[in-house]
Formats: sequence, structure tokens, C-alpha cells
Amino acid sequence: MSDDASLKVSVWRGAEAGSFETFDVPMQESQTVLDLVAWVQQNADPTLAYRYACRVGMCGSCAMMVNGVPRWTCRTHVSKVAKDGTVEIAPLRNLPVIKDLAVDMDPFFDKWTAAGGAFSPTKSRDDTVEPILPETPERREADAAIECINCAVCYAACDVVSVNPDYLGPAALNRAWSLVNDVKDGALDARLTAVSGAGGCHNCHSQQGCVAHCPNELNPTASIAGLKRATVRAALKGRI
Amino acid sequence: MIGVRLYMLQRLTALIMAPLVIGHIAVMIYAVQGGLSASEILGRTQGSLLWALFYGTFAVAVALHAAIGLRAIIHETFGLGGKSLAILTLGIFALLGGMGLHAVYAVTA
Ligand code: SF4
Ligand code: SF4
Ligand code: FES
Repeated sequence: MSDDASLKVSVWRGAEAGSFETFDVPMQESQTVLDLVAWVQQNADPTLAYRYACRVGMCGSCAMMVNGVPRWTCRTHVSKVAKDGTVEIAPLRNLPVIKDLAVDMDPFFDKWTAAGGAFSPTKSRDDTVEPILPETPERREADAAIECINCAVCYAACDVVSVNPDYLGPAALNRAWSLVNDVKDGALDARLTAVSGAGGCHNCHSQQGCVAHCPNELNPTASIAGLKRATVRAALKGRI
Repeated sequence: MIGVRLYMLQRLTALIMAPLVIGHIAVMIYAVQGGLSASEILGRTQGSLLWALFYGTFAVAVALHAAIGLRAIIHETFGLGGKSLAILTLGIFALLGGMGLHAVYAVTA
């Protein structure tokens, strides 16, 4: 492979402290950023740590910083992001680095739980199945927020997360909003209380970094705005 | 660092300030256009409960609104939290409110 058919790929090595290591990776047609990382691990350094599973944008495990921008690497074409034949790949922002490109996702999922992300059923298996009409306003709101793949790209994009460690973040709040609109859920007030604390939805600056980067084109900012309205209504009625 | 109550208070004070700012600008334009002197203006404001309430409400709303906004900025920029942040928020409110009400007193008493 000649030089002009290869890319200079800088990959983060180490944990929080570390440095970039550059590899020459052969270019291929329709190559994704995840392909670059896999090539390095399979051909240059088998000790490179990174995470992926589905390779088709379903599992949400492959997100990394690509030239400083958070992206799902399995669905990001190199041709779209390479700058003068170079690509810089770093671990996701706003999360502790375990090793190389693998981050600790615990804070991200802990905040899902803290924001009341668990469904709270109102019926048991002995009850009849409740019909849910897709065209009701609540269901439309829930459907708009529900396609999240937990990739934490929005979490890495959010500047409030980086300056306010308590902030629950766009994904957890978006999840809370989908449950607030789920008529089968029975923990409305507990959830609205959970998103109203020191790190709650009211800390969002609404500048939509999350929206700009969400690979599934969700709108966490709109979900958070919905939570702000719902919490204010609940507070005015003395429910939270 | 902003919970639902502080959020509501900040929105409420914004709602209060909006018409008062418009009123203030209208009065300023009227005073300048009409060529009112300082003593003529003071002659109308001094002893007026209406102007005291107008600008008093404005001063209190500004102090609350700004203190909550600065609280978020201070937390996000300097990482200050807990009791020290609460005290600083109250201090900013007291300082701005005190200065504002002092000025209102000076022109309406
Ligand atoms: S809109 Fe809110 S949640 Fe989204 S990136 Fe900005 S501060 Fe974060
Ligand atoms: S909201 Fe979008 S960016 Fe955020 S975790 Fe879900 S899919 Fe990823
Ligand atoms: S590997 Fe599953 S979303 Fe990228």
C-alpha cells in the first residue's frame, strides 16, 4: 500500500494521563472510524482497548471523540471526518478513562437511575394489556424520545456536564421525559422530584449541543424543556 | 445548582422585569423629550408611593434574578457549591437589593 493510500491515525493511549500514538492505517472504501481502530488493534497493537458490539448503530457502545467531536464510530465514515489524511481518536469526553479508548460508563448510567429512568409498572401480569393509542399527544412525546441507544454522545457534547458534575445530562433527562409521558408508568411525581434537584433539568442551558451531536437525531433539549414545564406545574400544585 | 424553586423564581422575576423595563424606558424617553431637569424629575418622584413601588419592585426583582443567574455562573466557573454558594447567593442578593432600594429611597422619599 502506497503512502497516499494510508491515513495517519492518532489514538489515545493510557488512562486519564496518557498521550496520542500515531499509526499508519491503509485506506479502504467505505471505511468507518471503528474500522480504523479495529485495524490498529488487529494489525499494529493487540493491547489497544476499545469497545463495540453491533457495528450497525444499535448498541451504543462504540462512541469516541473523533477529531474532537463525539461520534458513533461504527456509523461514521472516515471520508466524512478525515482532515488532510489524519484522524484523531480519543476516549469519550466527560467520562473517566479506563484505558485507551474505553471509558467508564458508570456515572452515565448512575445518572439514568438517579433521574428515575426505571419504568415503574402500574399493572401486573394478571391484568389485561392496556391498549396504547399511538396518536395521543403523550405517546407522540414518548415516541420522539424513546429511540435512544445510550451511546453517551450527547453526554460528551454537553458543556454543563463538564462544569457541573451533578448535572444528570441530556440522555438521562430525555429518558425521564419519555417515562413522564408513558401512561403505563406510575411514578410521575417521584420522577419529577428526581429531575428537580441540584443537578436536575433546570440547569440545562438549552444551547443544544446534545441535539447537534445525537446520532439518532433525538432532541434531548426539547425533552428537558418538557420536564421544566412539567416540574413547574407540579410545583405550583404542591405535588413536588 | 438550580432547583425547581430557584428556576421558578428566576422566571417569575423575568416576567416582572419585562414590563417594568419597558415602563422605565418610556419614562426616560418622555423625560428627555420633554427636557425635564433633574429637580423637575425629583419633584415628581419625591413623596410618590407609585414611583417607589414601581422602582422598588424593579430593584428587588433585579436582585433576585441576578443573584440566581450569578449563582449558576459561579458554580459552573469556579466549582463553588454547598453552604458557601448559598451564602454568596444571598450576599449578592442583599448587595444588589440594598443598593437598588437605597437609590429608590433617594429619589422617592
Ligand atoms: S441543551 Fe442542555 S442537555 Fe443539551 S447540551 Fe446543552 S446544556 Fe446539555
Ligand atoms: S440521546 Fe442520542 S446521543 Fe444521547 S445517548 Fe441517546 S442516542 Fe446517544
Ligand atoms: S458498535 Fe453498536 S452502535 Fe456502534
